[in-house]
Amino acid sequence: MTAAPAATSSDERVVGSGLTRRFLQRPELGAAVGALAVFLFFAIQTDAFATPAGIANWLDASAPLGIMAVAVALLMIGGEFDLSAGVMTATAGLVVATFATEYGVNVWGAFAIALVVGLVVGLVNGVIVVRTGLPSFIVTLGMFLVLQGLNLGVTKIITGTVQVRGLDDAAGYDSARTVFASTVSIFGANVRVTVFWWIAVTALATYVLLRTRPGNWIFAVGGSAVAARGVGVPASRTKIALFMTVSTMAALVGTMQAVRLTSVQANSGIGLEFEFIIAAVIGGCLLTGGFGSAIGASLGALIFGMAKQGIVFANWDSDWFMLFLGLLLLLATWLNLYVRKRAEVLKR
Amino acid sequence: MLTTTHTRKRALLAILALPLVLAACSDGDGNGGGGSGATEEGGGSGDADFTFAVVTHASAGDAFWDVVKNGADAAAEDLGVEVTYQGSGEPDEQAQFIDAAVSDEVDGIVVSLANPDAMREPLAAAADAGIPIITINSGENESASLGAITHVGQTETVAGQGAGEQLAEAGVTNLICVIHEPGNIGLEQRCEGATEGLGGTVENLQVDINDVAGAQNTIQSSLQADPSIDGVLALNPAIGVAAVDAVAGAGSEAQIATFDLSGDVVSAIEDGSILFAVDQQQYLQGYIPIVLLKLYQENNNTMGGGLPVLTGPGFVTQENAATVAELAEAGTR
Repeated sequence: MTAAPAATSSDERVVGSGLTRRFLQRPELGAAVGALAVFLFFAIQTDAFATPAGIANWLDASAPLGIMAVAVALLMIGGEFDLSAGVMTATAGLVVATFATEYGVNVWGAFAIALVVGLVVGLVNGVIVVRTGLPSFIVTLGMFLVLQGLNLGVTKIITGTVQVRGLDDAAGYDSARTVFASTVSIFGANVRVTVFWWIAVTALATYVLLRTRPGNWIFAVGGSAVAARGVGVPASRTKIALFMTVSTMAALVGTMQAVRLTSVQANSGIGLEFEFIIAAVIGGCLLTGGFGSAIGASLGALIFGMAKQGIVFANWDSDWFMLFLGLLLLLATWLNLYVRKRAEVLKR
Repeated sequence: MLTTTHTRKRALLAILALPLVLAACSDGDGNGGGGSGATEEGGGSGDADFTFAVVTHASAGDAFWDVVKNGADAAAEDLGVEVTYQGSGEPDEQAQFIDAAVSDEVDGIVVSLANPDAMREPLAAAADAGIPIITINSGENESASLGAITHVGQTETVAGQGAGEQLAEAGVTNLICVIHEPGNIGLEQRCEGATEGLGGTVENLQVDINDVAGAQNTIQSSLQADPSIDGVLALNPAIGVAAVDAVAGAGSEAQIATFDLSGDVVSAIEDGSILFAVDQQQYLQGYIPIVLLKLYQENNNTMGGGLPVLTGPGFVTQENAATVAELAEAGTR
C-alpha cells in the first residue's frame, strides 16, 4: 500500500516529465493566455477585429515588432539591454533608401550595406559594454542619440530635406518588394509577408535557444556572467554576438519598412526600442536576465499589436489611446504572471 | 489558503471587467461600430448613416490638431454622422490606421499627408475598396495622384511667402525658421517660402515638438550665439509661445511670428510679444471634409474643381486679435 506512492515521490528531482507538466513549465504559457484574452476581448467588442481583413491588419502591426522583440528577448535573456534598436531601424531604412536613390545602388546591394551597418553598430555596442563594464542601458542610450543625430544630419546633407523618397524607382525594387513587403492572399485577406518572416525568426531563435550550445551560453551569461565564464562559456563573445543580432535584425526590419513605405523619414523609429522591450517582458522575459523565451516575446508583440489596432477598431476616443494601451498591457502582463504562478502550483 | 484564493479570484475578475467598463463609457459618446451588441443600439442617436475615419500624422494632445479634431467632431454632431479620429507621427502607424479603417469598411477617409509616399499603398487599398478619400493640411501636390477627391488645406509655400513678406515689412533681415517635426515636408516648404518672401538671411532650426521646453532652450541658445538674429518664425503655436520666452531669456530684440493659433498665441499678439500669426483655420480642415464626404456619398458632389479648397492663410494681428481670442479659448480657432 505504502510502496506505490513512495516510489513516485521518492525523489522529486528525477520524476519523469509528462506532457502536461512540460506544457505548464513553458515560460510562454502565461503570454499565450494573455494573448487569447486580448483577442477574445476585441473579437467580442468589435465587428472587424476577428474578420480575415482585421486579423491581417493586426498581424501586420505586430510583425515588425515581433521580429525585433525576439532579437531583443535573446539579448535580455543574455542579461543586457539595447536602447538603440528603435532608431537603428530608421538608420537602416535611411541607408537603404539613400544608397538606392542617391547613389544608384541596387536595392539588394543597399540592403547588404544596411546589414553591414547593423553588424558594426551591434559590434560597437557590444565591445563597449564588454570592455568598459558600463551598463548597457547607458552605452546603448548613447548609441541611440548618436544614431538619431546622424539620421537627421546626414540625411539633410545628402538630400537637402528630412526624408529620402523615391525608393520605388530604384533598381531591384520589385524583387525586394516581393521579399520584404508584398502581401499574400489568405482567406481573402492580404497578409503581409513580414508575418512569415516573423514566424521564421521566432522558430529559428527558439531552436537556437533550446537546442544548441550558443543557446545554453545565452541563458548562462544572463544568469551570471562570472559563473558562466567559470565553466568555460565565452561570455564576452556571446554578449557581443547578441548585440550584433539585435542591430542586424533592426537593419532587416528597417529595410522592410523602407521598401514598404518607399520613403523614410529621418526622425522615425524613436521610442520603438521601448515597445521591443515591453513586448519581450510581456512575453515573460525577466529584466534581470537569465530567463525568457522567443515564442513568449512573439506573443508579447502579438498582444501589443492586437491591443494597438483593437483600440482603433473599437473606436475608443483617441485622446485616451495611451491610457487604454497601458491598461491593456498591464492586464495582459499581470494575467501572464498569474497564470504562471498557478502553473507553478499545479505542476508540483 | 482558501481565503487568499477567493480574494485573488475576485481581484482578477474586477480587473478583467475594467476594460469592459471603460469601453462602455466610451461607447456612450457615439460608437456606431454596432459590434458591441444590441443593448447599445438603443442608446445611440440612431441617425448615423455614415462612418468617416480621420487619420492624421499628429500624436494626440497636439494643440493645433486638437482643433482639427474638434472641427471633425462638431461636423459629426451637426450632420448626424459617425466620425473616428486617429493620429500618429510614425508613418507606418498612420498607414496601419488607414488599413484598419479600410477593413472596418468606413464610408470615407480623411487623411493628412505629411509623408505622402508612405500613405500610397494603404490609400490605394482604400480606393480599391471604393472608399472616397479627402486629404487635408499637408500633401496638396500629391493629393490627386493618391486618388483623393479633393484637398482641404493651405498652400504652404504661399503661406510661408506671406509670412516672410510681413516680417520684411517689420524690418526683419536675419530670421531663424523653427522646424518642429523633422520629417514634415510642409514645414520645410513654409521655411522655403519665408526665405523667398523675406529676401534676407534665413536659417532653419530643428527642434522637437514633443519637448517644448527643450525647444525653448534651443531657440534661446541660437539667439545668444548670434545676436544679429532679429526675427523668429515658429511654425506651431506652442513653439511660438516658447519663442517668446526664449527671446526674453536671451535678452534679444528679435521679433516673433508664428504659424497657427492657440489661446496663448492670441494673448501674446494682443500684448505685442508676438507680431502676427499665420492662421490656416484648421477647424475647417476637420469640419469641411466631413461635409464634403457626406455630400459625395449622398449626392456624388465634389468640390474645388481639381484645385485645393483653401482654408488659409489669414493673418491675425494686434488689430483683429480680440475677436479671435474668445474663439481660440473655446478650441475652434
